[in-house]
Amino acid sequence: MSSYNFEYYKPKSIEEAASIFDQMDQQGKDPMYFSGGTEIITLKRLNQLKTGAVIDIKAIQECNVFEFHEDSLLTGAALTLTKVEELNLFPLLSQTVSEIADKTARNKITAGGNICGQIFYREAVLPFLLTDSELMIAGSDGRRNAPIKDVFNKQLLLNRGEFLVQMKTNRKYTEMPFVSIKRRRQWNTGYPLLTVAALKAEQGIRVAISGLTHFPFRSAQMEDALNRTDLAFEKRINLALSLLDVPILNDTEGSARYRLFVLKNTLYDIFQELEGDKLASIEEH
Amino acid sequence: MPVSKSTKLLINGEEKEVTFYNAETLLSVLRHKLGLTGAKPGCLNGDCGACTVNIDGQAQKSCLTLAIEAVGKDILTVEGLDSPIQGAFVDHFAFQCGYCTSGFLMNCHALLTEKKNPSDQEITKWLESNICRCTGYKEIEEAVKSVINFSNKR
Repeated sequence: MSSYNFEYYKPKSIEEAASIFDQMDQQGKDPMYFSGGTEIITLKRLNQLKTGAVIDIKAIQECNVFEFHEDSLLTGAALTLTKVEELNLFPLLSQTVSEIADKTARNKITAGGNICGQIFYREAVLPFLLTDSELMIAGSDGRRNAPIKDVFNKQLLLNRGEFLVQMKTNRKYTEMPFVSIKRRRQWNTGYPLLTVAALKAEQGIRVAISGLTHFPFRSAQMEDALNRTDLAFEKRINLALSLLDVPILNDTEGSARYRLFVLKNTLYDIFQELEGDKLASIEEH
Repeated sequence: MPVSKSTKLLINGEEKEVTFYNAETLLSVLRHKLGLTGAKPGCLNGDCGACTVNIDGQAQKSCLTLAIEAVGKDILTVEGLDSPIQGAFVDHFAFQCGYCTSGFLMNCHALLTEKKNPSDQEITKWLESNICRCTGYKEIEEAVKSVINFSNKR
């Protein structure tokens, strides 16, 4: 065991958590919020992280909700991915998170932890990007609710002392047709080459992508191209790919060229799944 | 100098007084403070599953769990396991070096406790959490299925 230890707190309320963070921060202890903790424990072991205090949010009631409230689904940030999957209140989210890590790891990894973690895939955020969800964030200044597009840009933008409490999703989106596809270099577990989640909304198909670049994203330009009903599906996909303005990863998981090849085929699979009848009709002609 | 504290952990049905640091993993405390060396350090990264124990009936990787997180919970290690899956592993030659075996047993136990009749797909999904470098997994699968079939016949 290294000589590096930290203080551990498990508050029961949002306000208590924020208060402890402030105290620890003032004492120069570089506090961190702790949810599933899998990343914190791993990075600490590798000496890539140093903190003098962790604040475990798993006992905070608001961080553990998973229920419909009026027209919205509330998803607590401290919910394990296993719980999200098993209760299956949001099938797109269930399908997306069911591919993260492995079954036993998902008993510990939490939705909020995956979204806020340093590992850049952050696949759990994809369904919330697609559904224009709202995030509840808390800190010493109290709670605030913000549309995800305002607070998630490559990563969740939190002020010092803030933590993600829960995600709020309009119920209608949880019932729309969807598909989530994860492509890996090989096997059934491990980091993605690419994860693409898609939703068929009233205005058209929405897609959100992880693994293509250093952050998960959704692109309005790409979606506009994919929904160009005046074009054949293949032309729409090619147009969407030509509009990509993110640096494509080139690493041991796959080259940039291979990633684009896989993305193109995955988008086609998405069209098959969500617009299968139209695809068949166009191909017949 | 880091400060450790004495607290109680409920392990294999017994309350154990143990001293550990907040930053210490459950795997480390089990092995170095309590002499329960069944859970093994493999990757220490949550990938291999050799460190798997059950916490409140759920399979957990003890290398990714702080000991302090397990306070107040019911911890089961392979030393406290009494399950037909253990005999099934022997009967079906489901291990060679044995290093991954305790992790597999704990995960299989959690699976068979939660799901009385898991499908092939469920078995595969659960056991993807554990890696074996010796066998080809076939014997492990047969051992699991033998327990299911035996339970179904009773």
